[in-house]
Amino acid sequence: MPDGPSIAVLSGGISLEREVSLRSGSRVADALSDRGHQVARLDVDGELVHTLDNGGFDVAFLALHGAAGEDGTIQSLLELIGLPYTGPDVLASALAWNKPIAQGLFARAGLAVPPRVTLSQQAFREMGATAAVDRIATELSLPLVVKPASGGSSLGLTIVEDTSRLPQAIVGAFSYSDVVLIEAFIDGTEVAVTVLDGHALPAVEIQPKEGAYDFAARYTPGATEFYVPARLDDLASAACARTAVTATESIGGRHISRADLIVDTQGTPWLLELDTCPGLTETSLVPLAAEAAELGFGALCERLVELALRDAESST
Amino acid sequence: MRLDTDPYLSRYATRVNGMNASEIRALFAVAARPEVVSFAGGMPATSALDMEAVEAVVAGVIADAGALALQYGGGQGRPELRELLVEVMRHEGVPGHADDLVVTVGGQQALELVAKCFLDDGDVVLAEGPTYVGGIGAMSSHRAEVRHIPMDADGMDVDLLEEALERLRAEGRRAKYVYTIPNHQNPAGVSLSLPRRERLAELAERYDLLVVEDNPYGLLDFQDRRLPSLRSMIPDRVVYIGTMSKTFAPGVRTGWIAAPGPIRDKLVLLREAADLCPSNLTQMIVERWLSTQPWREQIKRFTELYRTKADAMLSSLQREMPPGVSWTVPAGAFYIWLTVPAGIDTSDLLAKAVGRRVAYVPGRGFYADGAGGDQLRLCFSYPELERIPEGITRLGELLHDELELVQAVFGDAAPSPDRRHGGPATGVGG
Repeated sequence: MPDGPSIAVLSGGISLEREVSLRSGSRVADALSDRGHQVARLDVDGELVHTLDNGGFDVAFLALHGAAGEDGTIQSLLELIGLPYTGPDVLASALAWNKPIAQGLFARAGLAVPPRVTLSQQAFREMGATAAVDRIATELSLPLVVKPASGGSSLGLTIVEDTSRLPQAIVGAFSYSDVVLIEAFIDGTEVAVTVLDGHALPAVEIQPKEGAYDFAARYTPGATEFYVPARLDDLASAACARTAVTATESIGGRHISRADLIVDTQGTPWLLELDTCPGLTETSLVPLAAEAAELGFGALCERLVELALRDAESST
Repeated sequence: MRLDTDPYLSRYATRVNGMNASEIRALFAVAARPEVVSFAGGMPATSALDMEAVEAVVAGVIADAGALALQYGGGQGRPELRELLVEVMRHEGVPGHADDLVVTVGGQQALELVAKCFLDDGDVVLAEGPTYVGGIGAMSSHRAEVRHIPMDADGMDVDLLEEALERLRAEGRRAKYVYTIPNHQNPAGVSLSLPRRERLAELAERYDLLVVEDNPYGLLDFQDRRLPSLRSMIPDRVVYIGTMSKTFAPGVRTGWIAAPGPIRDKLVLLREAADLCPSNLTQMIVERWLSTQPWREQIKRFTELYRTKADAMLSSLQREMPPGVSWTVPAGAFYIWLTVPAGIDTSDLLAKAVGRRVAYVPGRGFYADGAGGDQLRLCFSYPELERIPEGITRLGELLHDELELVQAVFGDAAPSPDRRHGGPATGVGG
């Protein structure tokens, strides 16, 4: 397709999810070039603006995970350069990246969000938050999920079943963010719903073979079983789809997002978080949803490029 | 519909169970970026080699015997190279004959072949705690159970080794071998003292033990001191592993095993099944390096450089580390082993460290049993000398900050994590 757009696939960077991003990036680049597109893979480093300015690119495909790639930083830079890009704009990216803010918006939009407490390092260092830690367990009841307020891949996440383990889990989560989220653990079926251009794709059910859906369960092929569509009744499936679409709208998302949900025994979907630059590796959830929607991975990537170009056109 | 991201799962051998993606490995992808001062990779400073000399060596091999260099070779390795490797061993006072040697693809293949030669499912190996991560990998991939023997500033605690041997005897089992890195150990940076070597030799006789003596660093002593090798003390009980990776270059992937005849024969057969033969090309490069270049001088240059770097790191540590942090003082080679106060988990902390543009290896990787959460390895051989103080300053600030955070979060409930590690926490305190 020599007349097609020249695509810069951005991946890597110095985020903690660099490796996952590089894997997403190479898969996207391969899929797009298999479909005849002109593709260049770029790492995010000090030369980026120079390379983008001089590369003659028509569009940037963001296969970036973690800070700078997902929090609005790169989006802002691309706006400045005037290069269309896949995924949400600066504000939506920044809102989704900050999990406590995003959860507040989700709750305001009427979605079920796990009961939670947000604590910053400052609260511990300067305000004696430790004296209130005991109340967390009473307030939210065990087990608890302790995680950093930003970032993906379950990095820094601990499930705490015993209050005495809480301080260590909090310190661990602070390694990834200055703010930690402590949530009530919701028991139920774990599902992920991809929203593509405002429409929900079939829900993917996640069942790790051992323990939690942690880093190893996410990125080791075969460590997790997936069911597509998820084994939910029609009512719960529809509720999941609605939740994912509403969540995306509530932060002003576009093109693509992935909502991570737990469906409890009553069929209520609890929204854990919304990822606006979801993983596209061989074991990632969005590609599985695309396959189930009979879209295929290559077509999904192509569609995202079209959406980026469409929105750039409509905004000029 | 059930989707399997690995449709081959039911076909794998049991030995690949537990080979999973890891967060730590993923973080190392960031550590490799130039912005980060990385004390992580245990790598020699190959930039300190005389590249003109190396170029002449490589060109000379092709010019003089290109067709032979590009041909298959014998499974035991070239006799000419084995003669020269015996000289390298002699330079360190390790006895041997060319016929005892099997040339391997670096020391790592030697570890793998030895594990393959001796270990069945569930066999016990005794090893220092902490020990070389690649050694654990080789033994674990053959499904052996690695039991650690704690160390202190004099290396493996031989009294505890004896206790472990007694415990095994009481269980009606025996260790297939004892794995030790006696000189400037990776990761602890300490050496097995002479009295302990003697005691280990005596225990080997008493308990009928085989010892795998892994010696990558013996020639890199800052004072040019040599302790007697276990091979020189109990030759019939030792499988000795050497490598050119630290004294010349890891890029030539040349190591060797010196073993008693019957073991050597098995190792040659195993290696032929694995990769047929070592590369003639790199063997001939090493031969020419050892026969035409002043390699002893090069080792001196490396050692001098590493000593300077170790001094820089030690004085930076002394200046920058908060109270409660302790570390080993190396007398050679590559590494310093650091123990941090309770409540700090070095695996968790790596993310923050990388955020501050400094990297290390968390301690847990050096134990097969999950210990080492309050320890970490610093490698000083590879980073540029000028960047060492900068990196240690970043690490010091990070640890100061983390200690404050731990105190703030834990409050009066003082953290008391498992202190199951036996790694040498002694040495100089901050």
